[in-house]
Amino acid sequence: MTYAIEISDLKKRYEGGFEALKGIDLKVEKGDFFALLGPNGAGKSTTIGVLCSLVNKTSGSVSIFGNDIDKDFAKAKKFLGVVPQEFNFNVFETVFNVVVTQAGFYGITRAVAEERAEKYLKQLDLWDKKDAQSRMLSGGMKRRLMIARALIHEPEVLILDEPTAGVDIELRRSMWEFIKKLNEQGTTIILTTHYLEEAEQLCRNIAIISAGEIVENTSVKALLKTLNQETFILDLDTSLPANWSLPGFNVVVSKDATTLEVEVVKGQSINVIFKALDDISINVVSMRNKSNRLEELFVKLIKG
Amino acid sequence: MKNSEIWVAFYTIIVREIRRFTRIWPQTLLPPAITMSLYFAIFGNLIGDRIGEMGGFSYMQYIVPGLIMMSVITNSYSNVSSSFFSAKFQHSVQELLVSPTPNWVILLGYTLGGVARGLFVGLIVTILSLFFTHLALENLFLTILVVSLTAVMFSLGGFVNAIYARSFDDVSIVPTFILTPLTYLGGVFYSIDLLPDFWQSVSMLNPVLYMVNAFRYGILGVSDINVYWALVIVSVFIVVLFGFGLRLLNQGKGIRS
Repeated sequence: MTYAIEISDLKKRYEGGFEALKGIDLKVEKGDFFALLGPNGAGKSTTIGVLCSLVNKTSGSVSIFGNDIDKDFAKAKKFLGVVPQEFNFNVFETVFNVVVTQAGFYGITRAVAEERAEKYLKQLDLWDKKDAQSRMLSGGMKRRLMIARALIHEPEVLILDEPTAGVDIELRRSMWEFIKKLNEQGTTIILTTHYLEEAEQLCRNIAIISAGEIVENTSVKALLKTLNQETFILDLDTSLPANWSLPGFNVVVSKDATTLEVEVVKGQSINVIFKALDDISINVVSMRNKSNRLEELFVKLIKG
Repeated sequence: MKNSEIWVAFYTIIVREIRRFTRIWPQTLLPPAITMSLYFAIFGNLIGDRIGEMGGFSYMQYIVPGLIMMSVITNSYSNVSSSFFSAKFQHSVQELLVSPTPNWVILLGYTLGGVARGLFVGLIVTILSLFFTHLALENLFLTILVVSLTAVMFSLGGFVNAIYARSFDDVSIVPTFILTPLTYLGGVFYSIDLLPDFWQSVSMLNPVLYMVNAFRYGILGVSDINVYWALVIVSVFIVVLFGFGLRLLNQGKGIRS
């Protein structure tokens, strides 16, 4: 089977001796929506850097759609589009020229490049800014410009390194809608993000990297199944009576006694909590997870 | 990449480089025009009349080829060094590094961008010089060959400088402390026949002397050195600098972690 990305025993040691990657193995299937998660300095950006030739690897092999990045770098690079974390376009160029020039670097003729630039700039709501100098754009617009630029050669794999960092909620949602559509059309998406709820909602498969090693690599569903305990917060319409208790559960009651924090261990039923409250005629107004489920697992694995 | 795609990538780099230096023409094209006009007026007209003839020509005619060459050298070098370093500085060089464009195309593209500016400025200075004197053209082919090869050589030099540079200061150190002295002592303003034997021998170690004299030979038909040596020296420098620049790019020196 040919994978979109296949990384084998990848190692990277920087000049100062720091070992950023300690021999990672990773496979990303075609059409996947894949999350690469990890704390700062774990090796995510180094891995992405190696994939897109911005970091020289120390050893190991990397292939993109079966093309080894050492032996057939031109072919491998054509499959890849990258949206980096930091803005990296010429800030004095116009928006249109940033995108069309990038197409030229992939050998795409000007006529085709202009057609595609119009298509992607319109899809990303940047067409009315096409003649503006890119430095004049807002932060969100700059991110969308980098997405348009990464798509200009219509890559099979799109890598997004923290694409929603510092982006407002509305723009983040529209950006994800756009990326989801791309994935539905067959583009493999690889994403790094600090917003774990994004990874939980969007991604099918996930790898967690810590201190240069992959500590987990599975589907999001399978990972969430391993969660043994969740903490729920319940908002109540009336204060709880003093000395109220819920046998078998670890419960924290707020000062005004209208909010409950309950730890539910795997195998326990939430219905028991509702029934106990119903018995004393208290209604639950709203209920939510204390923290993102993936976040709980992430912290556990990283500390692990 | 197919040959046609390589050509598109190459053409894209050159067009982008030309667009860059024409967009910022007050920084790139205007200053050499003003500086050289002042040289022509002061050294050529005012002082030159008192100096008299040199090499059988008026002093103004004698220094014009040198000043044209000085502009070409400075501008081709600084175009590539500043453009590539800026691309490094604002990380836009990554646009090229993530693309399938081969390294030799990147090097050639930037070099020819520098050549374009060097020759464009050389043309402006030549036109300006015609307001002060008239120029004969002894050997058109040799003139174009020498000025083109010189522009290639200094563009490559600028590229190597930009690869090693870590700050904007590093980009200006070589032009200020190496290029300018070499040019001023490279026979732009005088014939080395005027120097004592020892300093004549020292001057022969200066590669700029060969280029300036070969160019002057193409225009005026006089030279302090053998023109063929000049062509050999420039060609050797080009081959060495191209090989070195390509090696640095392949290693990712200063641009890849």
